[in-house]
Amino acid sequence: MPEFEIKRVLQLRFPARAAELKGVRDAVREAVEGCGCSAKSTADIVLATDEACQNIIRHAYRGESDDVIEFEIEHRGDDLVFSLVDHAPAIDPSRVQPRDLDDIRPGGLGTHFIRRVMDEVEFLRPASGRGNLLKMVRRID
Amino acid sequence: MEHAVREEQGNLVVSFEGDVDLEHSPKAREVLLKCVAEGKNVFVDLSAVSYIDSSGVASLVEAFQSSRQRGTRFALVAVNAAALRVLELARLDKVFTIHATLPEGTRGGA
Repeated sequence: MPEFEIKRVLQLRFPARAAELKGVRDAVREAVEGCGCSAKSTADIVLATDEACQNIIRHAYRGESDDVIEFEIEHRGDDLVFSLVDHAPAIDPSRVQPRDLDDIRPGGLGTHFIRRVMDEVEFLRPASGRGNLLKMVRRID
Repeated sequence: MEHAVREEQGNLVVSFEGDVDLEHSPKAREVLLKCVAEGKNVFVDLSAVSYIDSSGVASLVEAFQSSRQRGTRFALVAVNAAALRVLELARLDKVFTIHATLPEGTRGGA
């Protein structure tokens, strides 16, 4: 048994549309601040989770759609655990890699932001067996 | 996101306000590339940008590269702390020319 309480601090379900993301960012900001994150960490986490949602919209669902993204944040001891589930065909995690930043060009930065901000990033299969589960962990500073 | 373009002493100053995110970055990209295509130096004021993501940064990079091909200047002005943090994460804070205020010679005469 873990020695800390696992507390779900956010649970969202929204269509894979760009116009949804501002509301998602506001909800993430409020939830993360409520867990005691600094202003700088909060801004970083809002960026990384926004980029993760964008990756689902752009790459998993291949564009905006009414397909659903399920987003959950759990506060586990000193960690925040972010889970993003989509119902798109399974992606190949080896193809989701940050690009070389010395190659100055538009695009491909989102995955880099996620890796810079989060302490752990893992692609898993959802319990349902369909779609993708992105699990990210960030220690609270 | 709101934007405004003004001409000052032959240069174009583009100001963005609000969130330059996945929803709005296509518009930001269009505005920036159109300004660069006019063949003038472009200064992008980011002081009122509350949030910028990778798609917004990509718009800046694309316009920057387009201006380099044309041999015109492209610089960022009054980048606030939130936007600067994102540029730092992308290691672009050393790639873009960043001015605290509009350089002398680009301001409108009073």
